[in-house]
Amino acid sequence: MTVTKKKAPSKSTGKANGSIKRRAKPKIAVWKFASCDGCQLSLLGCEDDLLDVVGEIEIAYFLEATTTVVKGPYDISFVEGSITTDHDVHRIRKIRQQSKKLITIGACATSGGIQALRNFADVDDYIRAVYARPDFITTLRTSTPIQEHVPVDYELRGCPINKAELLEVINATLNNRVPNIAHTSQCVECKKKGTVCLMVAKGIPCLGPVTHTGCGNLCPSTDRGCFGCFGPSEAPNGASLGRQLEKLGMTKREVRDFFRSYNANAGAFRKTSEAYD
Amino acid sequence: MTSSHGAVGQAHSKAHSAKETSIPVGTKVVIDEAGLSALFSRLIKIGYQPIGPKVRDGAVVYEEISSPSDLPVGFSDEQEGGKYRLVPGTKGSFFEYLVGPTSWKKFLFPPRHKMWSADRDGKGFTVENPTDDAPAYAFIGVRSCELNAMKIQDKVFGFGREDKCGAGIFSDPGYVARRSKALIIGVNCSRAGKTCFCSSMGGDPHMKEGQGYDLTLTEFAPSNGKHEFMMEVGSERGALILDLLPHREARSADVSMADSQARKARGEMGRKMVPDVKDVLPRNLRHQRWDEVAERCLSCANCTMVCPTCFCSTVNDTTDLKGDHAERWRSWDSCFSIDFSYIHGGAIRRETKSRYRQWMTHKLSNWHEQYGTSGCVGCGRCITWCPVGIDITEEAKAIKNTGE
Ligand code: SF4
Ligand code: SF4
Ligand code: SF4
Repeated sequence: MTVTKKKAPSKSTGKANGSIKRRAKPKIAVWKFASCDGCQLSLLGCEDDLLDVVGEIEIAYFLEATTTVVKGPYDISFVEGSITTDHDVHRIRKIRQQSKKLITIGACATSGGIQALRNFADVDDYIRAVYARPDFITTLRTSTPIQEHVPVDYELRGCPINKAELLEVINATLNNRVPNIAHTSQCVECKKKGTVCLMVAKGIPCLGPVTHTGCGNLCPSTDRGCFGCFGPSEAPNGASLGRQLEKLGMTKREVRDFFRSYNANAGAFRKTSEAYD
Repeated sequence: MTSSHGAVGQAHSKAHSAKETSIPVGTKVVIDEAGLSALFSRLIKIGYQPIGPKVRDGAVVYEEISSPSDLPVGFSDEQEGGKYRLVPGTKGSFFEYLVGPTSWKKFLFPPRHKMWSADRDGKGFTVENPTDDAPAYAFIGVRSCELNAMKIQDKVFGFGREDKCGAGIFSDPGYVARRSKALIIGVNCSRAGKTCFCSSMGGDPHMKEGQGYDLTLTEFAPSNGKHEFMMEVGSERGALILDLLPHREARSADVSMADSQARKARGEMGRKMVPDVKDVLPRNLRHQRWDEVAERCLSCANCTMVCPTCFCSTVNDTTDLKGDHAERWRSWDSCFSIDFSYIHGGAIRRETKSRYRQWMTHKLSNWHEQYGTSGCVGCGRCITWCPVGIDITEEAKAIKNTGE
């Protein structure tokens, strides 16, 4: 329940020290690496809010939205996608050099994404299975997150990211404050929202107890166990959850595959799935 | 919210202005289903928002209700560590279920709550305190352990305590406002579950005079078309409401039926807390059991979210994009979150072991020094709703049996 109605509010005034200066519009760039574009689309999907955002920033580089390109340096770079080629490695270093702040968005950029399944297999097998002319393909053997290659100032999780959280990150960055984004488990969201625990009340397997909050409680509130789109929570115990999933009837292989999806390469999820290999 | 703002304001005055009632506190009467229906309509008429049990998504949860047909009619439940199942109960019964995943704290101490907002105003800013417009709740179906939990949170939030800002004692205005308006209609437990242990936490499945209810009900299971409830008056406010309901006086047969129900429930307690746990835990802060429980604990915080006494919160400031409007929000947090113990330079409780130990020692031991009571009422929620079934009574027993 939220308190919205204001009845006879009490007011008090305060004076800020000196005058409050209007800030200059920061130059923003949005970059893409190996990804599906879904996270960038979340930004465009902000609709009305996007117009407000655009009023506060200068979009200097965002090919998904405009072909106009303003040269760097940039105040804030948003990076979507993972590093899968040599060319990517060079490009992300250049971007870092030109960016005061670098914020990664989405499971690909923060953990390597679904394409990191190659990290658990032989990439040549995949290439032969998928492409008519495998000899045209040059790629790294792994898909890795941005922070394995350059320092990152903030990571926003999700596959895809939640647009409300994206707006919060932009808002907080513009206003020089820490984003209000919790790193607790999905369970905390369930309980705050009043969603009945699927594991306890129905025996439905769920990754919620080890998954980072952020999606707005999408799956559990519609009777589906969490798939872990937002990656590991701040203190995940994959081994213990794995044992519980087995008790609920999952086979070892199913447990392995449950942990090995959009965030397969994220530390705790990788460790858990490898223990089931 | 179904009740309008105006009606809410009247709930109090209406219930209080009709000061005349001949029914004394302690009176026991019997009502039937029609009496219970009348109770709902009376409450709504005088401006209360009834909140009570109903079945949703495979569990009994507390939400807005408006008539006895909203209750979990004919439902019971089975509970174990990490497991809850709704099962068919006595046909036509209203209150055979036991406590579920929600607790009344959700209404008195909401998961998210705006504390104040501020607007930029020339060179300075204006602060606005939102007034709390929560309705007067009528909590229907409060169990004995839950009433005890409410009284523990009363101490935390300062309900019934004089404000002494100078001495560093002050009350939470929102909690106090909601709590003082709320009417408490208790329900005695006809059974106890496998995760219940109120008896070993100083509680009892049946409420006692003076425990703090306005009215309380004991359900006599329906049979042969008869479905009755013994109702006991706990306050003048309760008496005023009972006065308006069709009822008959309770006979000694009714009273002894209620007593035998209480004895049966006492005998069914599924769990038991070691009696001297308050002193055992501080002697064993380095016990290896803490490492063992940390192997199992998911750090998911479910236990603290479902606990009716846990009160930890975090405070976040938000701004609008331009930075002209700011708000401060309080929301539920947990000692299981790392940010919760973040102080200058980092978090103090980085390991699951230290977070679990903090939770359990606070609840069962340090709480006594802080508030003069245990922080646990033995409702068993933390056992049932822990996804891996960690059991606070089992942990306490293990530490006692193998520790110092
Ligand atoms: S799978 Fe989990 S993280 Fe993804 S949308 Fe569903 S609940 Fe959210
Ligand atoms: S610690 Fe567990 S049993 Fe005790 S009051 Fe909290 S939820 Fe209930
Ligand atoms: S004790 Fe259970 S409910 Fe509590 S944090 Fe650990 S795993 Fe979660």
